[in-house]
Amino acid sequence: MAMGTVTTGRKSRWGLVDIIVLVFALVPVLWVVSLSFKTKATLTDGNFIPQEWTWQNYADIFQTSEFVLSLVNSIGIAIISTVIAVVLGTMAAYAIARLDFPGKQVLVGLSLLIAMFPQVSLVTPLFNIERNLGLFDTWPGLILPYITFALPLSIYTLSAFFREIPWELEKAAKMDGATPAQAFRKVIAPLAAPGVFTTAILVFIFCWNDFLFAISLTSTTASRTVPAALSFFTGSSQFEDPTGQVSAAAVVITIPIIVFVLFFQRRIVAGLTSGAVKG
Amino acid sequence: MTVQDSTPAGATVAEEATTRKKGKPVLSEGKKAERRLGLWLCAPAFFVMIAVTGYPILYSIWLSLQRYDLRFPAQQQFIGFDNYGAVLSNSYWWTAFGTTMFITVVSVAIEFVLGMVLALVMHRTLVGRGLVRTVALIPYAIVTVVAALSWFYAWTPKTGYLANLLAADGAPLTQRWPSLFIIIEAEVWKTTPFMALLLMAGLALVPDDLLKAASMDGATAWQRFTKVMLPVMKPAILVALLFRTLDAFRVFDNIYVLTNGAQDTGSVSMQAYNNLVKGLNLGIGSTMSVLIFITVAIIAFIFIKVFGTAAPGSDNGGKR
Repeated sequence: MAMGTVTTGRKSRWGLVDIIVLVFALVPVLWVVSLSFKTKATLTDGNFIPQEWTWQNYADIFQTSEFVLSLVNSIGIAIISTVIAVVLGTMAAYAIARLDFPGKQVLVGLSLLIAMFPQVSLVTPLFNIERNLGLFDTWPGLILPYITFALPLSIYTLSAFFREIPWELEKAAKMDGATPAQAFRKVIAPLAAPGVFTTAILVFIFCWNDFLFAISLTSTTASRTVPAALSFFTGSSQFEDPTGQVSAAAVVITIPIIVFVLFFQRRIVAGLTSGAVKG
Repeated sequence: MTVQDSTPAGATVAEEATTRKKGKPVLSEGKKAERRLGLWLCAPAFFVMIAVTGYPILYSIWLSLQRYDLRFPAQQQFIGFDNYGAVLSNSYWWTAFGTTMFITVVSVAIEFVLGMVLALVMHRTLVGRGLVRTVALIPYAIVTVVAALSWFYAWTPKTGYLANLLAADGAPLTQRWPSLFIIIEAEVWKTTPFMALLLMAGLALVPDDLLKAASMDGATAWQRFTKVMLPVMKPAILVALLFRTLDAFRVFDNIYVLTNGAQDTGSVSMQAYNNLVKGLNLGIGSTMSVLIFITVAIIAFIFIKVFGTAAPGSDNGGKR
């Protein structure tokens, strides 16, 4: 580095700072993991590390249909929303990054408005509209708002990625007789795949995370997702303290997040910073 | 999926446009094809966004002018601005509004300071940069309800490590001010990494040469930070603050899990939600929706007009 000589002292000082960051970020997560492994007897002992370890909480939640069904809902709804939002976002972002057409600023402005939109303002009207259309408490009833609020994210992130693509290749394809649409499908789409993948991760995290729509627009296990189910979960038996089981369920839905963060850290950082700042 | 069909459809229209040879002198055939393709590619995204936000918000304005309680559907009628009068003269609404503002201002201020520190660490650290960045992403990516549950249990007497550590005698989540600070703490933990990432992107724009020059001229580290880094980062800072302020104003998940709005800790979002789900009062709920929408618009307006925040995504912003 061009920052001058790197002394051991400076290194260890940075190491100390790093450790503070690690503790700050990890303690709340480890606490839920710890609770999920505690036995019923030790649940209220207040120890950060369990005195007795058990898998019982995990075994219990996978035996309740409430959790299993909501897990299926969460996975299905998040994946479908992600696919649709990324497909629509890719089309729009390509147009914004590459093509000159009237109304481009309208779409960019609309996306920005929706990114800032208070979602709670939609809860009451959507509740009534979905009730009348028969969409209340169905998968599409959640997928629609998720796509809508994921679109600005995917349009921004993708158009930032698309601006970095070597466009000479597209021109070359057009010279060889490809239509703009063919150039899009055959040349640009493969080049854009990493950006599309990154966007898909960000959109999935967004859909996976949602709570407000999930508790307002669902009423049964037909479409209730895990974050919503967690807030209603009373345990496999009514007379038990559900803390251990709720923690186990919380850990289960955290696993995909941890996997994404561990394997795609660079992509997520690149996606978030390019989308939000370079736009 | 029907959405994918529009690409080939766009292509055929574009081809038609090129083959039809009657064009206006201003636009070349290629330009026209490009325009058509652009519109077709954007149309699906545009219509989904309008259908799911534009129509409901208009519907919400219409609902807010009605007496409309799902428990008494027969009494539905147009009552003008009476709902607004009812909400705006209600002390619960103003308490929630004050609570929301307090949480927003305090948590964004703390996040900004911590986020700047974290951004500097992620940008500059000499050891374990990848590890720090990976771990810092966890709070951003984790499900808010999960994080809120972790804090809830941590502050539950007997069960929690924090409750036993700090307040031996009481349950902090049953008192107003301790609850508010726990909500703020949960918000800060969750969103500081996002703030830090946005600020880090701004840090990357600060030229190293400029810092070196300042340092040769005898500027201290603090002076380099305030006189060189902050001015260069100003656009990124404003965007980060704008996004986080609007986001913090919508606070819902953490409050729902931590206190469920007890002891006057509910936000305006909680009020709107409770009016819908517990009260089934669509008229009042919609009035709150519209008021929240207006407040958010005012906050965004202040940031953009008064502080001169560049709207991200504007064309020149992207081609820096």
